[in-house]
Amino acid sequence: MKTTDSPTVVTVATDLQDERLQARDGLRGAVAALLDRARSGDLGMVPVAVGLVVIWTVLQILNPVFLSSANLVNLTMESVPVGVMALGIVCVLLVGQIDLSVGSVSGLSAAVLAVLFIGQDLPVWGAILAALLVGVVVGWLYSQIFNRFGVPSFVITLAGLLGFLGMQLYVLGTKGSINLPFDSGLVNFAQLAFVPPWLSYVFVVVAAGVLFVSGFLHARERRTAGLSARSLPVLVTRSAALLVGLGLVVWYLNQTRGVGWMFVLFVALVLIMHYLLSRTKWGKAVYAVGGNTEAARRAGINVKAVYSSVFVLCSTFAAVGGVLAAARLAAANQSSGTGDVNLNAIAAAVIGGTSLFGGRGSAFGALLGMIVIQSISSGLTLLNLDSSIRFAVTGAVLLLAVIVDSVSRRSRTSHGRA
Amino acid sequence: MLSLRGIGKTFGAVAALTDIDLDVAAGQVVAVVGDNGAGKSTLVKILSGVHRPDSGAITFESRVVDIPTPAAAHRLGIATVFQDLALCENLNVVENLFLGQELRPLRLNTVAMETRSWELLRRLSAKIPTVRVPVAALSGGQRQTVAIARSLLGNPKIIILDEPTAALGVAQTAEVLNLVERLRENGLGVIMITHNMADVKAVADVVAVLRLGRNNGLFDVKDVSTDDIVAAITGARDNVVAQRAARRGEAGNVAAEEGLPS
Ligand SMILES: Nc1ncnc2c1ncn2[C@@H]1O[C@H](COP(=O)(O)OP(=O)(O)OP(=O)(O)O)[C@@H](O)[C@H]1O
Ligand SMILES: [Mg+2]
Repeated sequence: MKTTDSPTVVTVATDLQDERLQARDGLRGAVAALLDRARSGDLGMVPVAVGLVVIWTVLQILNPVFLSSANLVNLTMESVPVGVMALGIVCVLLVGQIDLSVGSVSGLSAAVLAVLFIGQDLPVWGAILAALLVGVVVGWLYSQIFNRFGVPSFVITLAGLLGFLGMQLYVLGTKGSINLPFDSGLVNFAQLAFVPPWLSYVFVVVAAGVLFVSGFLHARERRTAGLSARSLPVLVTRSAALLVGLGLVVWYLNQTRGVGWMFVLFVALVLIMHYLLSRTKWGKAVYAVGGNTEAARRAGINVKAVYSSVFVLCSTFAAVGGVLAAARLAAANQSSGTGDVNLNAIAAAVIGGTSLFGGRGSAFGALLGMIVIQSISSGLTLLNLDSSIRFAVTGAVLLLAVIVDSVSRRSRTSHGRA
Repeated sequence: MLSLRGIGKTFGAVAALTDIDLDVAAGQVVAVVGDNGAGKSTLVKILSGVHRPDSGAITFESRVVDIPTPAAAHRLGIATVFQDLALCENLNVVENLFLGQELRPLRLNTVAMETRSWELLRRLSAKIPTVRVPVAALSGGQRQTVAIARSLLGNPKIIILDEPTAALGVAQTAEVLNLVERLRENGLGVIMITHNMADVKAVADVVAVLRLGRNNGLFDVKDVSTDDIVAAITGARDNVVAQRAARRGEAGNVAAEEGLPS
């Protein structure tokens, strides 16, 4: 629900004429609408934001280094590879499917990258391209099996989890580990490339500016069409909040190394996915297939093509994640993409508010969810707790997120928000 | 414009449709009536590409056509309002209306879509407070209106309505009947499935009766009585509807006024 302002417009906007609608004017109205939605179970990213504050507070109390600029810079960088994978998971979850193999696919792509780059002396971009192609092929394979035989995605990708791990080990061969040279552009990008402070502030200003201008143009277009629109104060407040919030974050990170280019890449991917999911026909089809597959089919949507696109996208993101992880580690080895990578990617998506039941979630969720997961991981590492506890805590957090998802789904059903 | 010949469809052991013939001309409203389970919705689903017929031929604009998918039906210009509505509950009204036919695929024109949605909904006297809520938040009748509005997008040539007024209020029912008449004036073919004889009498040109998956009579609405239709639906002149009417001592018109139980 949007709000109206503009006393100049005498007639009521087309979408506000029903007398049962409560007037929601200006800023106060915007806040009220937000609270309304939260109450009815449409929680969006509220739980994850709250969770993040709690987790950060606790970890900071346990170890004062946690919220230091240096650690947060590290945290942003570390979160990228799995975060990119989580972005793919968001897409498959949106259509009501799952991919349990992103870890293995990332490991395989890392192995392919290393073997081609180091073993075969291919130029780095060629190796990267080949590694990404692995992801495309895997996703295409999944989608063919899924569409043709109707095997549940959970089983297909479980088979993939094992199968591609096997392939990763095979590709790496007897050595089991291949190091990437530190002077290569790829490793440099993942470890040492940081945005100069002045440029990072430019980014912040541009972001706030773009948000304002696009919001303003959209509001003007709506008003011209006789629809209600966000008022100027709301738009200004929104952009100012972004400017200040993002500005503070960037400033704090700039106290030490600053904002990594790899993190910028992650944010860019999130923004692109957000656009694709919310502003394109394809995005609507994805949500429709996740919400009611039969209705989507009857609306003339090529459901199989949607599934294919999503599986390919997810595996490709997994491959991107694998490349970035290898670059970050400056190596591809037998344990690349194993361990908790899979679970972390899924947990990040779910914690970020993407429903396991399909049809709801957002790209930004992957970003926030990943920050939560990485915070836990980094915090526990700082406390010198070993991975057994880290696994257990991550598992518990995932469970909590799923419970929140299930409960809010029930609440949505009873409040008619499905 | 559209004609079906010898359409058959079985679900396992159940012959849902056997040897069905049906014709719809441009500017004609064909009511399809029949008891529960007579096969009406199955017929609709065949025409809209949800099911494929096991036998028979469909001719559309004097070409034999195959309707393998809902998308194919859309392309031919056959729009359908399904009995089970087929809406996505997680999407809002605008998104549902334009699902699969969004304006400006790569940069959705939400403003134009919302404006157009309001136009359509107003035309149907829809009582929907806001179009930006998920469809899950709407009442049954509101959903039905959304489903009907959906079928009007994209200039269809034939509109199939499967019990369109079943959940509607008095005003909205009247609007739908008005709409059907307007569609006829605009030269569209309309297939209307209904259990309501009053609706049939009000707008249909011909009535096709299905009984146990077979054609059981085709009547001109002008010169057929409700009794005759009911007799064809139930398969006997001495049917439960007539008996009730006789008991009330006003044989004949009661059924027409009450409508049949659905
Ligand atoms: N998908 C299906 N699988 C199996 N049987 C089906 C299926 N769809 C319909 N049938 C059967 O086909 C027959 C006709 O069903 P249909 O839905 O066409 O009836 P209808 O005339 O629309 O009835 P109503 O007035 O209740 O809407 C019924 O016996 C039904 O059980
Ligand atoms: Mg039916």
